[in-house]
Amino acid sequence: MKKKWWIPYAFLALPLTMYLIWVIIPIFQTFILSFTDWDSVSPTYNFIGFENYKMLFYDYYFLTSLLNNIKWMVGFVIIAIPIGLGIAMLMDQKYKGSKFYKTMMYLPMTLSFVVIGEIWTWILEPNHGVINEFLRGIGLGNLAKPWLSDPDLVTYALIFAALWRQISYAMVLFLAGLQSVPTEQVEAAYVDGANSWQRFWYVILPALRPAMIIAVTVNVIDSLRAFDIVFVITRGGPFYSSSVMANYMYIESFNNYNMGYGASIAVVQFFITLGFIIWYLINSFKKEDNL
Amino acid sequence: MTKTAIHKKYLFYILSTIIVVIWLIPFIIAVLTSFKTMDEISFGANWFKLPEKWSLEGYITAWKNAHIYTYYLNTFLIAAASTIGALFLSSLGAYALSWYNFKLRKPILIIFVAGMLIPFQMLLIPVYKFSVNTGLYDTYPGLILFHIAFQLGFCTFFLRNFMITIPKSIFEAAKIDGANDFKIYYSIMLPLIKPAIAALGILEFTWIWNDYLWALILIQSDSKKPITLGLTTLQGQWVTSWNVIAAASILAAIVPIIVFLMFQKYFIQGLTMGSVKG
Repeated sequence: MKKKWWIPYAFLALPLTMYLIWVIIPIFQTFILSFTDWDSVSPTYNFIGFENYKMLFYDYYFLTSLLNNIKWMVGFVIIAIPIGLGIAMLMDQKYKGSKFYKTMMYLPMTLSFVVIGEIWTWILEPNHGVINEFLRGIGLGNLAKPWLSDPDLVTYALIFAALWRQISYAMVLFLAGLQSVPTEQVEAAYVDGANSWQRFWYVILPALRPAMIIAVTVNVIDSLRAFDIVFVITRGGPFYSSSVMANYMYIESFNNYNMGYGASIAVVQFFITLGFIIWYLINSFKKEDNL
Repeated sequence: MTKTAIHKKYLFYILSTIIVVIWLIPFIIAVLTSFKTMDEISFGANWFKLPEKWSLEGYITAWKNAHIYTYYLNTFLIAAASTIGALFLSSLGAYALSWYNFKLRKPILIIFVAGMLIPFQMLLIPVYKFSVNTGLYDTYPGLILFHIAFQLGFCTFFLRNFMITIPKSIFEAAKIDGANDFKIYYSIMLPLIKPAIAALGILEFTWIWNDYLWALILIQSDSKKPITLGLTTLQGQWVTSWNVIAAASILAAIVPIIVFLMFQKYFIQGLTMGSVKG
């Protein structure tokens, strides 16, 4: 059998070229741009060293966005994961109709963030929105709040809307993980007299470790790249109080034409995400000896 | 059944029903609103009330006056072309990466995987700039080619993981029979990985159908917008016509929902695998 060394490269030529043009090279270009003052209109730009990064430290709107991303992250991890796991445990049954329940729970995941944003805009709307109308209807009108115009509430309202989909997602990941929990062990623990909490804590939860790693990674990364829901519902307003890094980066780059500055925001976001990516890659490739 | 088993069963049905109903409230509200008339909505928003008269007013207005029809066609075109392109190109790449042993195999695979995990913000400005410079800005090919390239990382990774599970002896045999490399890819590998292609295709189609950000960056003309971008345009123009917005949202959501309901198993499989892509 004659080996032609170039054959694999022929198969890879087109996909790899496209990938380099639209994905890999842009990553490096963003790094370079982050050290410039490019305004997207001028044909040239100046290198200004770390000026953009220094500016970020004093930029109140950026710091607000960063803090909001952290709120998203904490919200996703401490709410979506336990609730998603709880619902997955509840629905992981062989009863008639359990598949139907699961299907219904999956639905939010099939939706575009734009549709989710539209729907939640009416739910959270202050005057006639669903939540406030409901609260007034049951006599708790004093709890009705201007969810989207109060700077202290708006980020939490957006996280709440995002959790609708995020919990469904966590549930999917845990349901997949539960398939690999050894039933013999659970039954053995039952025979040994372990109650259901002990069975969960000592048998099921350790077996869910891989699913847990994925779920944490997914939720952290998703919280760091939150964009569409914020952009559709509030655009980061009022006065950037609900802004997140992706949203601020977009507005700085494409509305205010500070492309160099926008690039530096992207780079900061990249490095924050990088840690989690490396952690995930190590975990997912550990078992792949043939890479 | 023992008594505790029966209790457990009841508990399952009661809790599951409550949770599912809560989960579907946003949907139910959107559907009910979409069938109400403007008169009924402006009279006072009673979200949970059934429409007095089930009206298609919202849908008709959305479809005709609000250009949903155009947005729909655009979305179909963009999602279908991008999905087919990404599947074809990634199957070529994955084939090389799974079946050949060559020097750059590992680095290339790492490039695909690493690129798939990069936050999308890192690409926004250069991709926009590239599109403007090459004349691809505000064109279908510009958006479609980008979607294909952007999805290649995940698709290649996904298909390669599937291909390496296929025994190499099949290909050795074909090779001895004198089949050339492309023929082996085309007439042996592709038929074998049909289930993976199907799962991936379904997932990619819904993802690209639901894309908002890249259309926002790369498309400007109203006549070329996909439905997600169109929907936010509508929001500005029909801000108080909640029935029109609701109808348009339902129309935007219905295709991914149908695809999901038809191919749920594939969808979930793919989603679990592609959970951390960028």
